[in-house]
Amino acid sequence: MTGVDTAFIEVDRVEKVFEVRRKTGLLKRERRQVRAVDALSFTVARGEMVGYIGPNGAGKSTTIKMLTGILTPSGGRLRVAGIDPSRERTRLAHRIGVVFGQRTTLWWDLPLIDSYRLMHRMYRIPDARYRENLDRCVELLELDGLLDVPVRQLSLGQRMRGDIAAALLHDPEVLYLDEPTIGLDVVSKARVRGFLRELNAERGTTVLLTTHDLQDIEQLCSRVMVIDHGRLMYDGPLAGLHEAGESERTLVVDLERELPPIEVPAPARVVRVQGPRQWVAFPASQSAAPLVARIAAVCPLVDLSVREPDIEAVIAKMYAEKATA
Amino acid sequence: MGSGRLYAAVTAGGFRRYATYRAATAAGVFTNTVFGLILVYVYLALWDERPHLGGYDQAQAVTYVWLGQAFLSTLALGGGGVEGELMERIRSGDIAVDLYRPADLQAWWLAADMGRALFQLLGRGVVPFAFGALVFPVALPGDVLTWVAFLVAVVLAMVVSFGIRFLVALSAFWLMDGTGAAQAAWFLGYFCSGMLLPLNAFPGALGEVVRALPWSSMLQAPADVLLGEAGALPTYAFQAGWAVVLLAAGRLVQTAATRRVVVQGG
Ligand SMILES: Nc1ncnc2c1ncn2[C@@H]1O[C@H](COP(=O)(O)OP(=O)(O)OP(=O)(O)O)[C@@H](O)[C@H]1O
Ligand SMILES: [Mg+2]
Repeated sequence: MTGVDTAFIEVDRVEKVFEVRRKTGLLKRERRQVRAVDALSFTVARGEMVGYIGPNGAGKSTTIKMLTGILTPSGGRLRVAGIDPSRERTRLAHRIGVVFGQRTTLWWDLPLIDSYRLMHRMYRIPDARYRENLDRCVELLELDGLLDVPVRQLSLGQRMRGDIAAALLHDPEVLYLDEPTIGLDVVSKARVRGFLRELNAERGTTVLLTTHDLQDIEQLCSRVMVIDHGRLMYDGPLAGLHEAGESERTLVVDLERELPPIEVPAPARVVRVQGPRQWVAFPASQSAAPLVARIAAVCPLVDLSVREPDIEAVIAKMYAEKATA
Repeated sequence: MGSGRLYAAVTAGGFRRYATYRAATAAGVFTNTVFGLILVYVYLALWDERPHLGGYDQAQAVTYVWLGQAFLSTLALGGGGVEGELMERIRSGDIAVDLYRPADLQAWWLAADMGRALFQLLGRGVVPFAFGALVFPVALPGDVLTWVAFLVAVVLAMVVSFGIRFLVALSAFWLMDGTGAAQAAWFLGYFCSGMLLPLNAFPGALGEVVRALPWSSMLQAPADVLLGEAGALPTYAFQAGWAVVLLAAGRLVQTAATRRVVVQGG
């Protein structure tokens, strides 16, 4: 592998500082600096699919904007496919695809197909290639029958799929997705995820994905990066994140009747009791089976379910620990 | 060549976007016609008092009124051009989408606005103008050549109009809320383009100044070509001069805006 392949995306001590001016009095204005991204470093190899997560305001969108070239970093070095994004935004544009979940590239008042025809011209996609890619996207993203519908009449999920297709017609080498599943129902999410998985596997497209939905990451990404307050908190496999964050799963048990808190072996513990229902927290790295067996042996069990740890909670906990350490 | 096809497609899209709003177009035609009627009676009264005001006879003055109504939405003299949308995109941060594409912002919006203007000219301009020409005595040229010369001046007027509105829209990068700037620009444009009174009728130094400003490229310039009051070539030179200056200024501001200004929103 060449250098560009192992470090297809290269972020080296990148910073982004925003100046915010706030009115503090009638005429007084206070200047404040917001460090949205702080000495951030990572690399992504060609063909990787990486999840990029963190709480609200962590700096995810800011990072993606810098990677597309629409924001200039305040410091550090940034390269995508060997190109400095903010310097050569237009040259880079031909090689990247971008989907901002909350925004659309599509032409609001016109049928979906018109936006695609525009992409065809804009990216100078050879005719045969354009038709092939469009057919493929239409099939896999189930856009059949939507092509002649004005974009403003599409549902959120349909529009999002339309946007993803629009970002891929020119065969980008890397795809940035900023919350591509936001507001989608279960079926649409599954469809989008299936499509992305295939895109990555078959075409080798490098994917960087931000989301607040842990399932997106679980189902798609072998690697996850966690950012908070503009700093990289974790970079590795998802399983490791649970360990690093000492996250806990919760076993929700419904008993036949109200009982005092069940006695469970540490580190598991009952965290809440409400009538006949009890919540038992245990380390995410541990199997639920022995715990269930134990509870079933000592209590009259009616029903139970396991709740996966909430990613936000994991991150929040991780951050709190680092801050106090 | 390659990008020519892109921008042609953008123009076509701009045209079709506005064509989808039929009710708005019908309402616009109605408004322009009513406005034209009111203004015509005011002008007739005025020209009765002051015949040959601004060098126009009554028929020319009436023609001028209906041209103004035909151009009102075409040149977005009272707003309604792409600048509103562009400003809103800057404010909301949707401009991000326009910036990571391999297309030029200014060329893109110019193309879109030309599509819009062409639609407005056909959809909203022609009917009030035809109505005025049928109902009132007007002064229209008989030869095709003058009409062609007039249409060229109209296209140049569209470009100048865009040049001004693009600059106004970009102010949103710094002001965030560009509504005030836009309203000031509309007011100024309405007055300085001669929508209220032909610029030829403006007296003394004020007249000299407004006739030298870019807004006089918009209504006054094509009107004078149509009415035979000005030669085509000097008119084009004046309009093209302003078009170049405004587009160049727009390009400079665009570069500055995208370089140092921040794209809003997550
Ligand atoms: N244009 C801006 N001006 C000033 N501050 C900004 C601007 N854009 C972002 N910020 C600040 O930078 C920080 C990071 O914002 P960013 O949008 O990157 O967060 P995020 O990780 O995408 O969050 P979310 O999950 O809510 O989308 C926040 O504190 C935000 O307030
Ligand atoms: Mg965000």
